[in-house]
Amino acid sequence: MTVKVRADGARTSGRARRRAAFMALGSAFVLAAAAACGSGSGGTTGGTQGGFREAPQTAGPLTVWVDSTRLAAAQLYQKQHPTVKMDIVTYDGDANGSNYLQTKVSLFNRTRKGWPDVVFSTQNNEASWAVQAGFTAPLNKGLIPQSTLSGWAPNANAPCTVNGTLYCLRNDLSQTVLWYNAPLMKKWGYEVPKTWEGFEALGQKVAAQHPGYLVGSAGDSFTPEIYMWAGKCGANQITGSRSITVDTTSANCTRMASLLDTLVKNHTMTMSSVFSSDFDKNQADKILMLPGPAWFGGALFQGTFKTPAGQVAAAPMPQWSGDPNPTVGNVGGGTWLLSAHSAHIKPATDFLTWVTTANDYQGKVAPGYPAYASAARTWLANQTASHYYANDISGPLQTAAGQVWSGWGYGQFSQEAIWAATVTPGMTAGKTVVSLLPAWKTAIANYARADGYKVGP
Amino acid sequence: MSTPSTTVGGRAGAPRARRAWWPGRAGHAFVAPYVVLLIAFGVVPTVYAIDFAFTDATGRFAGLANFTSAAADFRFVPAIGHVALYLLFWLVALVVLVVGLALLLHGLTARAADRTLRFLYYIPGALAGAASVMVWLFMLDPAVSPAGFLLRAFGLGTFPQVIAPGHLPILLAVIAFWTGAGGWIVVMYGALNTISTDVLEAARIDGAGPWQIARRIQIPLLRKWIVYMVILAFAVGTQLFVEPQLLSQASNGVAGRDYSPNQLSYDFAFQNNNVNTAAAVSVELLVVGLVVAGLFVARSGFFDAD
Repeated sequence: MTVKVRADGARTSGRARRRAAFMALGSAFVLAAAAACGSGSGGTTGGTQGGFREAPQTAGPLTVWVDSTRLAAAQLYQKQHPTVKMDIVTYDGDANGSNYLQTKVSLFNRTRKGWPDVVFSTQNNEASWAVQAGFTAPLNKGLIPQSTLSGWAPNANAPCTVNGTLYCLRNDLSQTVLWYNAPLMKKWGYEVPKTWEGFEALGQKVAAQHPGYLVGSAGDSFTPEIYMWAGKCGANQITGSRSITVDTTSANCTRMASLLDTLVKNHTMTMSSVFSSDFDKNQADKILMLPGPAWFGGALFQGTFKTPAGQVAAAPMPQWSGDPNPTVGNVGGGTWLLSAHSAHIKPATDFLTWVTTANDYQGKVAPGYPAYASAARTWLANQTASHYYANDISGPLQTAAGQVWSGWGYGQFSQEAIWAATVTPGMTAGKTVVSLLPAWKTAIANYARADGYKVGP
Repeated sequence: MSTPSTTVGGRAGAPRARRAWWPGRAGHAFVAPYVVLLIAFGVVPTVYAIDFAFTDATGRFAGLANFTSAAADFRFVPAIGHVALYLLFWLVALVVLVVGLALLLHGLTARAADRTLRFLYYIPGALAGAASVMVWLFMLDPAVSPAGFLLRAFGLGTFPQVIAPGHLPILLAVIAFWTGAGGWIVVMYGALNTISTDVLEAARIDGAGPWQIARRIQIPLLRKWIVYMVILAFAVGTQLFVEPQLLSQASNGVAGRDYSPNQLSYDFAFQNNNVNTAAAVSVELLVVGLVVAGLFVARSGFFDAD
């Protein structure tokens, strides 16, 4: 990491040096300039203690980048803190692989100016490149007290942690639960499955007794995060700052893959994305069960499908039978980043702390399950009070929040994009997931290498 | 004595001298803004890219290292293959269909039908690039497409089935044809109108049918226009970006990611944080475009005055 930042720092002075070298052609000059670069960049990265060298602090406005959903958060802060000068900028939130933030930061790194002070991103793997680019400030080395940081749900900030240093704060959690249609389950006399084996068996039963109805969807790019992650298939592990191991054919991967194959084959698991027009039109009213993240409840059932109140219920994710450690997957969950280049560290830190922990926003306004535990309790109470769900969803969601499996690596490459480009087309063409596992492994290794990771055995 | 004569000579001579000193100044004035923009947005970025392509991240001369690292990337060879296949479909379709449709249009005797068709051909070209691709994202989704019945007739019931990797060269060629061909049909039609009616009349009197007229008179006279179209279409085709990029976003990455060299260059720059290799890919595209244009110009006698 340090090496890379140094290279970035050296780039500008290196360019000027090269131009001069063309004229002077002096090798001594080159050496002197190289030495100057080395010491200069040493200053910008600070010590290896994890601290960083603050830019000269000024009184200018606080620049905050948010997506349209989080605009409410920034505006509420401005309303409650009228003395803070804020420049609120909306952008696409880096969603759907737009890479907008990374693109902009790499351009700002070239021009050495323009970085926002605080950024919200819908992606939770930003730390993987932002640390390397020297963009994010370490948060647990004095900026935010440990007493505050311990208020997050367990492992919530794992995607933000690189070598023990925290580089971003998680906005919301996307722990997976088993969403299901409560009245339908009751009417047909089915029990909500507690194990994956029971889930598969119920899928077989539904295929025979109520063909057309669904127990899940395998057509989304986040399919591996719902099933593979929850089923403890650690496709890749980050073993060092730039090294990973890839294993997609472990016992857990293979048995989850064959579960998907069985249910796709008997048509109880659809190959359509839950966000596709096809699904909305033909399958949204055929959902018996749908394993998925916390935000499925509000965003998908209530918002997109307009499922009537009193139908949707949540249960804990199924587990492998006999497995004593229940785990769940995770789909997204945004993050907040603080710029290491900020000239307004104090107000930026205040805003960052407020926006991630304040009950006024996270508990009462935020659309997703807050990553900060006490705000999450308020949020759940509000959900219960809305009487939309057929059961009390707070129990399953709260339990799942602490069960996100820690064996899934957050690399710089997008696991979703790799699955979408490698496994999904194969499944669409009729191949089994089991047969595609080796190709999945190759693709992860290739993309990891392209991002500069050393891929171990 | 000499003073007045010099003055007189000067007065009389000045305009003549100025004209000789700068003959086509009106023409130059018209071209100047273009030249300024060409330098600012064409030449300078090109030089900048070449500079990047031969240096490393610290600005040191890197030889061909960036080119070899691009070629060694696992996405590079497939991307070249994708674009080559796409170009094959797109250029053949463009030449055959554009010339064919322009000839048909020119042969229409009903003026109203002719005018309506010309307008219809041109409409898609009036949509901006990205917007016209957006139209196709709907066209290709059987659940919402007006041509959904056609897609289902081919056994393609869902969007992921339609955009299966093997279908992409044809789909992208269809999109490119729809968005770009209309303008060329109108251009070819205009070129056909410059062919003297006497020549066509003479051919007809000699007993040539429409097919022979097209093959022996119209197409040979259109040759330079066709070459011009192929050069531009080739350059645009090798730089394929918007279509697969939007398709990739619309399908959440199922199809079109890292599809073309231009996308690969973009990914190098902004995902892999490697601007120098990105520049190397763009320089390669520039060289390929220039070489092919050079070949076509040389072989067709493009700049020969008739």
